[in-house]
Amino acid sequence: MSQPSANRPAPALIFETGSPGRATEYVERSRPHADFLPQELLRSDLPLPDNSELDVVRHFTQLSQRTFGIDLGFYPLGSCTMKYNPRVNDAMANLPGFRDLHPYTPDDLAQGSLAVMYELERSLSSIFGMAAFSLNPSAGAHAELAALLVAKKYFKDRGESKRTKVIVPDTAHGTNPASAAMCGFTVISLPSDARGRVSVEEIEKALGEDTAVCMMTNPNTLGLFEDHIAEIAAAVHRVGGLMYYDGANANAIMGNVRPGDMGFDLMHLNTHKTFTIPHGGGGAGHGPLGVAAHLVEYLPTPVVRAIPDGKTGMRRAPSDGMRFELDFNRPKSIGPMRSFWSNFAHAVRALSYLYANGAEGLKSVSQLAVLNANYLRVGVSEFLATPYPEICRHEFVASAQQLKKETGVRALDIAKALLDRGFMAPTVYFPLIVPECLMMEPTETESKETLDHFIEALREIVETAKRDPQSVMAAPVNTVVGRVDETRAARQPDLRWRQSG
Amino acid sequence: MGAYTPHTPHEISQMLERIGVGSLEELLAVSPEIAPKAPLEVVPALPEYQIERRMQALAARNHAAEFASFLGAGAYRHYAPPAIAALAMRGEFLTAYTPYQAEVSQGYLQAIYEWQSYICLLTGMEIANASVYDGATALAEGSIMAINATGRTRLLVSRAVDPCYRAVLHTYCGGLDIEIDEIPVGADGRTDLASVHAAIEAKTYAAVVVQSPNFFGVIDEIDPQLRTAIETSGSVPIAVISEAISLGALRAPAQWGAQIVVGEAQSFGVALAYGGPYVGFIASTAEHMRRIPGRLVGRSLDNRGQEAFTLTLQAREQHIRREKASSNICTNQAHCALIVTIYLALMGASGLRDVAGLNLERSRELATAVAGVPGVSLRFDAPFFNEIVVRVGNAAEVLAELQKRGVLGGVDLGRFYPEYADSILMTATELTTTGDIAKLTAALREVVHVAALR
Amino acid sequence: MSIPSDLLYSKEHEWAKIEGDIATIGITDFAQGSLGDITFVELPKVGTKVEQFANVGVIESVKTVSDLYTPLGGEVVEINSAIDADPAALNSDPYGAGWLIKIKLADPTQTKHLLDAAAYTGIAHD
Repeated sequence: MSQPSANRPAPALIFETGSPGRATEYVERSRPHADFLPQELLRSDLPLPDNSELDVVRHFTQLSQRTFGIDLGFYPLGSCTMKYNPRVNDAMANLPGFRDLHPYTPDDLAQGSLAVMYELERSLSSIFGMAAFSLNPSAGAHAELAALLVAKKYFKDRGESKRTKVIVPDTAHGTNPASAAMCGFTVISLPSDARGRVSVEEIEKALGEDTAVCMMTNPNTLGLFEDHIAEIAAAVHRVGGLMYYDGANANAIMGNVRPGDMGFDLMHLNTHKTFTIPHGGGGAGHGPLGVAAHLVEYLPTPVVRAIPDGKTGMRRAPSDGMRFELDFNRPKSIGPMRSFWSNFAHAVRALSYLYANGAEGLKSVSQLAVLNANYLRVGVSEFLATPYPEICRHEFVASAQQLKKETGVRALDIAKALLDRGFMAPTVYFPLIVPECLMMEPTETESKETLDHFIEALREIVETAKRDPQSVMAAPVNTVVGRVDETRAARQPDLRWRQSG
Repeated sequence: MGAYTPHTPHEISQMLERIGVGSLEELLAVSPEIAPKAPLEVVPALPEYQIERRMQALAARNHAAEFASFLGAGAYRHYAPPAIAALAMRGEFLTAYTPYQAEVSQGYLQAIYEWQSYICLLTGMEIANASVYDGATALAEGSIMAINATGRTRLLVSRAVDPCYRAVLHTYCGGLDIEIDEIPVGADGRTDLASVHAAIEAKTYAAVVVQSPNFFGVIDEIDPQLRTAIETSGSVPIAVISEAISLGALRAPAQWGAQIVVGEAQSFGVALAYGGPYVGFIASTAEHMRRIPGRLVGRSLDNRGQEAFTLTLQAREQHIRREKASSNICTNQAHCALIVTIYLALMGASGLRDVAGLNLERSRELATAVAGVPGVSLRFDAPFFNEIVVRVGNAAEVLAELQKRGVLGGVDLGRFYPEYADSILMTATELTTTGDIAKLTAALREVVHVAALR
Repeated sequence: MSIPSDLLYSKEHEWAKIEGDIATIGITDFAQGSLGDITFVELPKVGTKVEQFANVGVIESVKTVSDLYTPLGGEVVEINSAIDADPAALNSDPYGAGWLIKIKLADPTQTKHLLDAAAYTGIAHD
């Protein structure tokens, strides 16, 4: 990985540098706190370091140089959709009119922000075939929890609290069963069939009067389209259950198929995947929650309501000429999932991205995401096993199981060897049903050259594994640190700096 | 063509040929039964320079910048040095994923380790996690920690805790059959501690939750006697903080016995942005380490003998524990936590002390000025940080009139507390000017006079 | 891989050493190898009554979590408190210092549901 500081040691912890009184002054000196409050309420020490602005800038600049982002290189993490994060989106989120608005600003002074939320909500509802979206949840997992709370309340209102089971395929992301457990549901795990999909037979076996929700993603985490989805949805509906769509893989379907049309009643989106909100090292995300008409009343509060003017029914997305308010009067709502209304800055980013695309652009985004994934799959399949050698969607899985048997080199070693060659590694060891799994999602913003370079790098690693497995198992050697002792980290947790002496 | 897709038509044909498919339509074929029946209705596609125009036009429909603002109540207007954005918006930080591959994520991991450390130093706790969505969900998750620690299913929560936080707690507890009992607020604006004594004698609670400064700005700690009683009862004292700047002046919650501290760090450099993204923190004593949800960054060694950081104790989290995980949280607020870490690094102890001191100063200036307006009084007598509760008569009406005079006077407390419908929650920070306060008091004089005449 | 002949085994890869009406219980060498470096163990409290094959605890390694099932039923009379400070003992000495719990047996005939060393050898593989 080419970075200027490749050989430079890590900067010291911020607490180990600085000197009392050295900090740059951003505000004037204040009077002593004891002038305003009794001493016993005040803190006697504030053990934070004082560093000059220059030293702080150097510290974090150096830290940034020890961090790999999409801006540096190809990032084929399966189910993460690491596509380019357009800078125009950040510039729009940073417009002072949006950035500085206090959440308790009266509605009549916040019409711009309310319009943003409205336009985004209307657009998402159309793209995914839902009656309405809540922009409340902060992340996919947060939205999943909200969705299950919606389902729980819906069933309770219908006198069907006996519905306690949530069905989840064994390829599901870990948040699915964890969210179910947080709602007091029991999880039934469904085995995938030989084609990597959920079979109608397996679903039928698991269904019953106690079925609450079936959580699926389509395409699934193997990148395969669940072609029996309509039958599955029908089966779940027949027993009175609800269908939930995990939107992590939504990048594969825009303009092509809609969860609402597939039979889903609830869904979430990860706009930090599909709609280019930057991942920022693991967050902040945004998890809009979509529902079909019979569940709209249960959405978290508040929702953005168009103030009726006698002219509007279901409107097209642009908000011109309309006025909005935050509607808290939702008696059947599950309540708020978070403080205030939304990760609003991300709603601006997502809307900005929608304006860059329009309907046709989004369709093209998904088509090219699928094109790139299949191109990558075909290239990789020449030297690594691909357990599902068929047309995939936006991602696919390869397995290093055979390579491990022959050479001892595992998926983890391949991942580390890729780091040495300036690429981010794909997701490894997920989904759990494929041994020595590598899950790859290139996304649509990568060029053919980048894909070709990656295929060549992977091919070279596999060849090296056969010739000199030790060198692959020693990777990475070009990065600022080598493999980290995770056992030590877990057995002797050191989770914070401590003043020594 | 899709935005930011680099494919030329020629490349698309080459790739299709390699795959062995005739067209993109063929590649994405779905059965007609589920295919869309009508075109999508989304916003129109615009060239980039028109996107800017469009979004600026939308932003221009917001009109709050022209007003003198005294809004607070869980989201605070503070100075954020531009150096923060210059650093946080660097592409490596902005576009990195969760640091699962430690070798190429040392920068972010170290920054989050520093965030965890800062939170511990400020709150007096032993452990802090890598962030959660916001203060409200931090309270929900922190309460679940106490429930898991004690095996009890009842919480005791002060009415003086931010009403949004309490509402979110209710939402979360709805999924888990947890009961919540409320402690009333006394006439001085503090939690009625005598009620807490009575409650914990009558029932067993997983946790006792108080916020300090509380929603009214009042400093609201647990006294040593009550602390002992809570500990004896086996409940976990949870402290909530929504105005993080207060940690620059007030003693750490650990000092009065909190075992779990949850709250909101938005005040440390995170933009108001109409409500989010913000950044919640959860910190606790060492005893609760394994129950703490979300990611944790730890320091270890690499195979070359160097110090190295890594995500650790991942067996607590959903991607391993699945339905047995203590929480479902996956994506957190890492980038906002980075912003906070940079803010604290820039400010240092001296800067944070000064900012906190200025908040104390300005809010006293505000209090004195409004108390001088006839017909207006301060509702609570107790020591406060940077917010005050001002009795004005019909709060909603007064606020509407103030708005006509270019002032956002604060939050109508009647919105959350029917018993305080005559009062406004007003906030002053280091950004509040004498001019702002003068404008407010001039407007109040007119408005309260007008209201009294009705 | 070690499979001592004087112990009994369960299908979930636990071992039991019977001495009178007390059984000492742990996980097998095969189990510790599969789990990788063990980082934390959650054990039931002394005094807990447990059923044969019930889930009584959790074993965490760096990348996985595994349920601990007791091969025999009874009352937990002792737990290995040294494991908290040194979970590595489960990896290095699974049959000795890595023991986990001692149970006073409710029904000594339950051993008939367990495997001997020879039978366990047949299942101790991937």
